[in-house]
Amino acid sequence: MNWRRASLGVAAALPVIALLAWGMTRDPKDIPSPLPGKSAPSFALSVFAPGQQPLARTVGDTVRLADLRGQVVVLNFWASWCLSCRDEHVTLSAVARQYAGKPIQFLGVLYNDEPVSGTAWIKEMGGQSYASLNDPGARTAIDYGLYGVPETFFLDVHGRVAYKQTGPASAQVLARVADSLLAVAEKDGAPTNRNR
Amino acid sequence: MKRAVRFVVVAALWAGPLASAGPGQGAPAGAPPSGVVTPAADSALEARTSAVASQLRCPVCQGLSIQASPSELAQQMRSVVRDQLTAGRSPADVQAYFVSKYGEWILLSPAPRGINLIVYALPILLVLGGLLVVVLAVRRWTTAPADSATH
Repeated sequence: MNWRRASLGVAAALPVIALLAWGMTRDPKDIPSPLPGKSAPSFALSVFAPGQQPLARTVGDTVRLADLRGQVVVLNFWASWCLSCRDEHVTLSAVARQYAGKPIQFLGVLYNDEPVSGTAWIKEMGGQSYASLNDPGARTAIDYGLYGVPETFFLDVHGRVAYKQTGPASAQVLARVADSLLAVAEKDGAPTNRNR
Repeated sequence: MKRAVRFVVVAALWAGPLASAGPGQGAPAGAPPSGVVTPAADSALEARTSAVASQLRCPVCQGLSIQASPSELAQQMRSVVRDQLTAGRSPADVQAYFVSKYGEWILLSPAPRGINLIVYALPILLVLGGLLVVVLAVRRWTTAPADSATH
């Protein structure tokens, strides 16, 4: 056996095997968003599902991101046809209620769906504490580089995207990110006891 | 005097239609008013939209461009491409917009710079390496009988 030739073959094959092995450890669906750290895309969307007191908004009102400056914003993209959205709905709704009275806004954004279907879904799910907005033509979704639903964006008090959650958000993730952003907001001197 | 008045009236009759033609008087007969999209302009816009959309990956598909995909999101993204081109943005601007939202992943052909160069260089290097192996092997086969004959 030619040891020199064999070792050359192994040396040539090893990088390829290592590259393939590294590829196997990666989730092809986990595509990093370039948005965190950047200014959040602005939007002006109308409310189609009002939410519940004390977080309720009037149906038909326009919510502008620019008007929410100084508050943490949790933007959850969802759809009535999305099965994973069912998994996180109760958690999101409960966490939003827990944070009522703090400078944080939870908002749903309907993705590729009809408001009628969205409203029926919310009713079927037992209600939703925060308001949901309609996004015709998915313009805001595309502005946020959406791949699918659910996806949740956390915006800091300065209007920057701080974190993006792909897939259902757990109560732990929601609380951890919200608390850290609220802590930064308090440190920066943002109001700490504001509802809307 | 009468002749002078008649001259002024005739001159006014001639000048009137020309003045009312305004800035568009140089346009060819039958040209549509500005702002109206002609079929030619429409097809040109569609061709430019198609060219840009063919380079952008559909986020909800497997290896399809937003031009080739029938998905709702791809259609909406094509609509964004068309609107941005209509607004006067260049194809490079539109591509940059999508890269700023989705990252370079959105490009079906990554930009040939940095680590992306591997994708472009590796096939060439592999072909050259293969050719080298073939050349060496052929030389060895062709020279081997002569060598063995001398021993």
